[in-house]
Amino acid sequence: MADVLERVTKIIVDRLGVDESQVTLEASFKDDLGADSLDVVELVMELEDEFEMEISDDDAEKIATVGDAVNYIKSQM
Amino acid sequence: MTLSLNGKNIVVMGVANKRSIAWGIARSLHNAGARLIFTYAGERLEKSVRELVETLEGAESLVLPCDITSDEDVAKCFAEIKEKVGTIHGLAHCIAFANKEELQGEYLNTTREGFLLAHNISSYSLTAVAKEARGLMTDGGSIVTLTYLGGERVIQNYNVMGVAKASLDASVKYLAADLGKDGIRVNSISAGPIRTLSAKGISDFNSILKEIEEKAPLRRTTTQEEIGDTALFLFSELSRGITGENIHVDSGYHILG
Repeated sequence: MADVLERVTKIIVDRLGVDESQVTLEASFKDDLGADSLDVVELVMELEDEFEMEISDDDAEKIATVGDAVNYIKSQM
Repeated sequence: MTLSLNGKNIVVMGVANKRSIAWGIARSLHNAGARLIFTYAGERLEKSVRELVETLEGAESLVLPCDITSDEDVAKCFAEIKEKVGTIHGLAHCIAFANKEELQGEYLNTTREGFLLAHNISSYSLTAVAKEARGLMTDGGSIVTLTYLGGERVIQNYNVMGVAKASLDASVKYLAADLGKDGIRVNSISAGPIRTLSAKGISDFNSILKEIEEKAPLRRTTTQEEIGDTALFLFSELSRGITGENIHVDSGYHILG
């Protein structure tokens, strides 16, 4: 869990240029981390690469918060 | 005759991020010695383009804004290129856009606005930039654009973008006919599907990739580098007899019935 969160956090900090402290499980990509729709697609692609998995369009649409992303990745591992 | 692009100035339009096909082309051209001029659309992409350009070793690249939906902006951009580098020898046009809602379901549901938007950005933009580039290609030149099989055949969910690519393909031929007398060649590369930001906008894109891996003669998906190297050929003297052509770089997928 910690490992997944750590890796996801690193990607978010890199991509969105936010401070690590802002990346909490409850943080919404769009509302709290300032991501626009292109950022979200880029993030999904980075996560697919990092965790060597495929995130379907339907599943990607349901990922709104950092916690959603972490839980989704854990459920697929 | 050589593949070297030493002393050549080439404009690369349409880099969005490291996965962009335009970036694959830029790297190949840079490695062959070309001096690159990058254009981006909107502030959002500026940072991303500048960060990438900094990674090009020994590069002395220009980075300029260019909104290809505005004739005024395109003219301004090429005036600035003329002022800074004078002559250009090549232009890579890697620009396309359609509303995400129209890249799924039935083509029949395309709106008039969505149709015009896709054609304006993805097809007319080539003609708009070719007009301006002509004046800067005083030693002749090569223009390369990116197209896709979806403009020749029906590919599920590609919809209005396929119709825009068909328009782009026809533009390549008409522009080649117009510009040949100035020693300017115009060609396209039909790239197999590559996991780019734009491609991700096409509904269920992952299954398109899977189909290529299973069925294409080479049994693998196309890479950025493969497109980059074909573009390098089209910008080099080695392709001097080729214009109005479309080269499929798609692991051979287009030959399948």
